[in-house]
Amino acid sequence: MIPNEFEYRRAASVEEAIAFLSEGAGEATLLAGGHSLIPLMKLRLSEPGILVDISRIPELRGIERQGDTITIGAATTHAELARSALLLAEAPIVAEAAAEIGDAQVRNRGTIGGSLAHSDPAADLPAVMVALDAQFTLAGPQGLRTVAAEDFFLEVLTVDLADGEILTAVDFQAARSAAYAKLVQRASRFALVGVAVSLSIEGARCASARVAVTGASSHAQRLRAVEAALVGATLPAAAAEATETAGDELDFVNVDLHGSAEYRRAMVAVFARRAVEAAAARA
Amino acid sequence: MTSSTRPLLPKFVGERIKRREDPRLIQGLGTYVDDLKPAGLLHVAFKRSDIAHGEIRRLDTAAAEAMPGVERVVAGPELAEIVGSIPVATAYPAPEHFPLAVHRVRHVGEPVALVVASDRYSARDAADAIVIEYDELPAVVDAETAEQNDTLVHEGFANNIAVRAALGTGVDPETQQPVDDSAIESAFASADVVVSQRMVNQRLAPTPIEPRGVVAHYEPGREYLTIWSSTQNPHLLRTRIAQALDLGEHQVRAVAPEVGGGFGCKISTYGEEHAVAAVSKLLGQPVKWIEDRSEAFVATSHGRDMIGTVDIAATRGGDITALRLRLVADMGAYEMLISALLPTFTAALVGGVYNIPIVRSEITQVFTNKTPTDAYRGAGRPESQYFLERAVDMLARELEMDPAELRRRNFFQPDEFPVTTVAGGGLITYDSGDYERTLEVALKTAGWNELIAERDAARAEGRLVGVGLSYYVEVCGAGPSFLIPMGGWEHASVTVERGGKITATTGSSPHGQGHETTFSQMLADHFGVPMEDIAIVHGDTAIVKQGIGTWGSRSQAVGGTVLMLAAEKVSEKMRRFAAAMMAPEEVAPDGLVFAGGEIVTNDSPAIARGFAEVADFAHVPVPLPVGLSPGLSEEAFWEPEGVTYPFGCHISMIEIDRETGEPRLLKMVAVDDCGNVINPLIVDGQIHGGLAQGIGQAMFEELVYDDQGQPVSASFLEYVMPRATDLPRFELERTVTPTPLNPMGAKGVGEAGTIGSTPCVVNAAVDALAPLGVRHVDMPLKPERLWRLIGNGGGA
Repeated sequence: MIPNEFEYRRAASVEEAIAFLSEGAGEATLLAGGHSLIPLMKLRLSEPGILVDISRIPELRGIERQGDTITIGAATTHAELARSALLLAEAPIVAEAAAEIGDAQVRNRGTIGGSLAHSDPAADLPAVMVALDAQFTLAGPQGLRTVAAEDFFLEVLTVDLADGEILTAVDFQAARSAAYAKLVQRASRFALVGVAVSLSIEGARCASARVAVTGASSHAQRLRAVEAALVGATLPAAAAEATETAGDELDFVNVDLHGSAEYRRAMVAVFARRAVEAAAARA
Repeated sequence: MTSSTRPLLPKFVGERIKRREDPRLIQGLGTYVDDLKPAGLLHVAFKRSDIAHGEIRRLDTAAAEAMPGVERVVAGPELAEIVGSIPVATAYPAPEHFPLAVHRVRHVGEPVALVVASDRYSARDAADAIVIEYDELPAVVDAETAEQNDTLVHEGFANNIAVRAALGTGVDPETQQPVDDSAIESAFASADVVVSQRMVNQRLAPTPIEPRGVVAHYEPGREYLTIWSSTQNPHLLRTRIAQALDLGEHQVRAVAPEVGGGFGCKISTYGEEHAVAAVSKLLGQPVKWIEDRSEAFVATSHGRDMIGTVDIAATRGGDITALRLRLVADMGAYEMLISALLPTFTAALVGGVYNIPIVRSEITQVFTNKTPTDAYRGAGRPESQYFLERAVDMLARELEMDPAELRRRNFFQPDEFPVTTVAGGGLITYDSGDYERTLEVALKTAGWNELIAERDAARAEGRLVGVGLSYYVEVCGAGPSFLIPMGGWEHASVTVERGGKITATTGSSPHGQGHETTFSQMLADHFGVPMEDIAIVHGDTAIVKQGIGTWGSRSQAVGGTVLMLAAEKVSEKMRRFAAAMMAPEEVAPDGLVFAGGEIVTNDSPAIARGFAEVADFAHVPVPLPVGLSPGLSEEAFWEPEGVTYPFGCHISMIEIDRETGEPRLLKMVAVDDCGNVINPLIVDGQIHGGLAQGIGQAMFEELVYDDQGQPVSASFLEYVMPRATDLPRFELERTVTPTPLNPMGAKGVGEAGTIGSTPCVVNAAVDALAPLGVRHVDMPLKPERLWRLIGNGGGA
């Protein structure tokens, strides 16, 4: 519970943060809410030499809508997502997933960008962003680039973020027929299994579906077979059938004292169905 | 000075008065060990074993010693020379237990070396720089096979057995060994019905919100050591530290400042306390160590970890005829202060509230390569009542009998008390009880029949809903001294100061129980003064002359009684001063009463003297009344003739998600009988906390080790604590059966909630799963475990 020695720098702007990161050359790590990083540092599992604090950069905060596109600043806290009237109306899946993260202290400090960039295998928001087909804006020494959520998450705790790059914002289209269902790991309140579903429904039939899972695998990823089974199906009647084998397509399933691979696979199906039903009910 | 309009103070005892302690604690104005910063303070960090079992081949401290700020590095052999082995308080043989491991480590988290440095960060950095190479040994992890394990945790303890003992029918109480099996064997052979079950009472982490911490300051000039520690019993700490450092108790002051919870894990004195005190003496400077949460999970004693196999025999009509408990207790790697007594408590109470003619317990305590186990809220009683109440519930199911009716049939009856039990081998005598009345109140409070109907309606919808009932008896108010190795008494003093304010001391040093409130309620009534005129001082051996401490739910029954004895001595003297002040009226001191801030006669019109006025006179008595000495300060020691036996009945309702196995507790009713109650609000608070912890064991908590002896749930990321959102609104009721063993008739309540709720919730869970043919489920109620019992996956 005693971290190693480190330097602390507070960035006033994204440009300054990028400069600090570049100067730090591999030594520097971004600090946003700190609720993943600081516990790791206290356990000396993470020993950055320099912390670059981006939590007080105004341009990184806030939730905005332009047309059908919703943009969330990376340093927006989970608590702000959970109580956002805009999200509750236009993308309730984001607010409901944020409301289930950790506890009140974590939600008050933890940020969406921190959660996404950290890519804990059991984090909630990565699956939600994949299901929403969100686009991530990354700022770096070479300027801006955009990456689709689906391509951003690579491995356990590994994302497509180069040295010196900062995730600054996420964009996605308003998605009312989307829902997140989660089996909580009872100690950490991370997802033992979490499934995010975004549907478009025409008439009684599902016209398109994006389904993403977290908790069961190395990183948030799509469940393409479930998506395929959903398209054209009548919902919610066909939800159970479409999700029955949802867990089977995962090649790597996490195992710990809270759940075996067999249990998690079974829970992927259960929570996929629940998420589909909840999303369909919002159509 | 007479007064006709004497303001009458309300009576305090029996009122729901908010805790006097809370405003300062809630506002962060309390002083805990870590808040103490004496000048010249140095900081200690421990280097701990990261393996379960191994010989220390090489210990290299050179790099650590060379680091900036490092004053001293100490390893096991050097410290062992100074303080020796940490003694236990029990009569059973115990292995040597050095504050820092000497040559061999026996559990993950065992301290191996320590660093003293100028600040906490430097100390930790240097501890990381200590290099240890081990020759690893196989770890003894499984308690049930420890006896057959080729590896020995301690060379002197063959088959890894710490204690083998028995209690009850056919057992010689002197040797604690079975001598005659005929009665128990024939009882089971001839029984109509026998139910048997192996049950795991899993290992738990006590996790008080404040981990342990120590500051020690040895002053070489005075040859005097002061030690501040987050402990439940500073006087015991003083005794043991004095012994360890070869000092007299007159050279040691032990202080427990605010203590943020203990739950039993702060009864023992620990190696870290011995080590920090020794280092301060070595350096002649104040030294601090504060345990962090990661350390607390592996270095502070654990609780429970007993596996019980219960056989229960009965007639078809539901008369319980015999009970047998075979108990394997996992002691971990060492014995703590009273560890070896806890399985005996479990055995002694395993007959519970039932009149069972034949009861036998056979206990095997084994060493394993895990953190030592010791007292944890309930300390032996939750285990016993769990094994018993699960077995009784299984018997009810086997007999197809209402679980309340089966219990009712077998209760000890009110006119049978005091009852000396078979299970206790003649050592245990229940003081008082009216078990059926409490059962009826619980059934009524819960609406038992409605709950059953609700459950059945839910079942008809395909939901898995269950109702559980449990009963318990436990033991509180520890004394007399022949039962308690640390001494079974308590001490108190009461001083009426100049000006009429009162300072009282109690040797029962609290760590969250609200002594300052409860005890000042009692004194306020006794002296007829406001509560805020009274200070309750505790925790400092330089002020509180003697004491035993707070554990085993003893503070009210023993500490409260002795406080009132000291108060009575003072008030008696004060009456005599007051009578003298009323001269020339001839007033009999015995006829004076304390009321409304005055000492008054019972006559009309009354003669009165102000309480403060009498206090002032007692300190400047001119002339000194004949037969009196100046001053108003008295003390008392007292020990009870025996322990008290509170009891109660809990009822719960649970639902299990058929798809996921997730349990949800829907209802929790607790009817507890702790005798007379001083402050119902504090008693309710104790029950609430106890219920949460008992439910925590039933549903959530478990310290898991892998087969290498590595703990895998030793952090709050993995160790599931119950949260407010996991718990239903608690419904509490009380019955009152006073004890004859102390003048207040109070029994004790600190652990009751933890004892009754655990079997209650598991009984409810088994009831929920019973339609699927489930007879038993081990704790905690993990979703996957329940999911398999529901028939998913490959089965449980």
